[in-house]
Amino acid sequence: MADLDSLENDQPLLVSESLSKSYGRIAACRDVSFSLYPGEVLAIVGESGSGKSTLLQMLSGQLAPSAGQVSYRMRDGVTRDLTSLGEAERRFLFRTDWGFVHQDPAQGLRMAVSAGANVGERLMAVGWNHYGRIRDTASDWLTRVEIDIARIDDAPRTYSGGMRQRLQIARNLVTEPRLVFMDEPTGGLDVSVQARLLDLVRSLVAELHLAVIIVTHDLAVARLLSHRVMVMKGGRVIETGLTDQVLDDPREPYTQLLVSSILPP
Amino acid sequence: MSFPMTAMIDIADAKKTFTMHLQGGIELPVVSGVTFHVNPGECVVLSGPSGAGKSSILKMIFGNYRCDSGRIGIRHRGAVVDLATAEPRQVLNIRRSTIGYVSQFLRAVPRVATIDVVAEPLIVNGLARAEAQARAGELLHRLNIPERLWQLPPATFSGGEQQRVNIARGFISDLPILLLDEPTASLDAANRAVVVELVAEKKRQGVAMVAIVHDDEIRHLIADRIVDVTSFAAAA
Repeated sequence: MADLDSLENDQPLLVSESLSKSYGRIAACRDVSFSLYPGEVLAIVGESGSGKSTLLQMLSGQLAPSAGQVSYRMRDGVTRDLTSLGEAERRFLFRTDWGFVHQDPAQGLRMAVSAGANVGERLMAVGWNHYGRIRDTASDWLTRVEIDIARIDDAPRTYSGGMRQRLQIARNLVTEPRLVFMDEPTGGLDVSVQARLLDLVRSLVAELHLAVIIVTHDLAVARLLSHRVMVMKGGRVIETGLTDQVLDDPREPYTQLLVSSILPP
Repeated sequence: MSFPMTAMIDIADAKKTFTMHLQGGIELPVVSGVTFHVNPGECVVLSGPSGAGKSSILKMIFGNYRCDSGRIGIRHRGAVVDLATAEPRQVLNIRRSTIGYVSQFLRAVPRVATIDVVAEPLIVNGLARAEAQARAGELLHRLNIPERLWQLPPATFSGGEQQRVNIARGFISDLPILLLDEPTASLDAANRAVVVELVAEKKRQGVAMVAIVHDDEIRHLIADRIVDVTSFAAAA
């Protein structure tokens, strides 16, 4: 396990400065600033329309902010403003150092090609060309996400929802990214399937020392996975802090409402 | 007022109030003027009736509850850090290498084997898995958890067994500060005696402890000093 205190980890990986997005007169996201460090899991919570998905889109360079900026420390150690990256550079970042796990696996997978190809495709995109090695690595990753190797040649459209989501995770992690964005990754799943997925994500995140920005409306997901939490309402961050602190000792009226709305286990 | 430089925990005038926004914003004073210190190798027991704020104070020392004012000085890697104002990252560092918390209830992670639940704090701090598991086994053995259960997740264990797993997890690490929230609550006499022994060993290693214990006999056996929490009762 990497040492969180080492010099390398003392530099933020991603910095959001006064990030805002408006659509005409409607402000979807207002003045969001924070730093994310290597190995840190940040949960963005809030209900629909709170601006959390807009924020995630901007943080991952898929949506241009109206104001503010996002900077990212690249693998070569140089910190770059995302908007200064060319399209090719941004795509490369997405294929190598970043992952994005969508709520709907169909958005993050190619449903008609085999599971093995779904994972292998990301390796080929970063220059792998040895079929045997690609297949071995793909099988290795399917095992890590608890998918039976016998299903490697099947297309994900024949998979259950939970399997598809695990496959999407394997596809994202195979290039050993340092930062993974997750948008409601357990959203459409049954409760028992959710628990298994969360447990898997939790151990992979720790093992690979991943930084994660996860958007969720489910506080139980935030509690299980994240170190820190940001609560959003009306496009603003209204409360932020250590996850257990915010959930056990919520300060803002809206956070108290969210916490008090959880059904007891 | 200055305490010896050696204090591991040095709390000065800490205050905590809950504001219940959903109940019309009523203020629920919990504690105020909390002031005490804990030296290495010392076990301070918090006393007072239920609702006096003992658990809240423990949570304030762990950074789980925020303070309205005052100072929670923690000696962390040779320097004093005020936990009341520390950044989340720093609080996490302090929890990983300085303060351990043994709660009454195990927050079990589904599907993780008991032996790994116990070994995890050592693995996180860089110890090899095999060695961490060996030490976890030793502790589970002492706490009378039969070896056939070690590979099972503790979620299905009895309350007493879960608590012992939790104690093993709390005592396994070499952290210089331990917070004990009723560590013997649902244990039988034999296992209570093991916990008393474990506390004594920690004292010899110089660990500073703050404990909440309802059992008079246990309190007597582990307390070096008693801090009466009723004196911190916030004026309602």
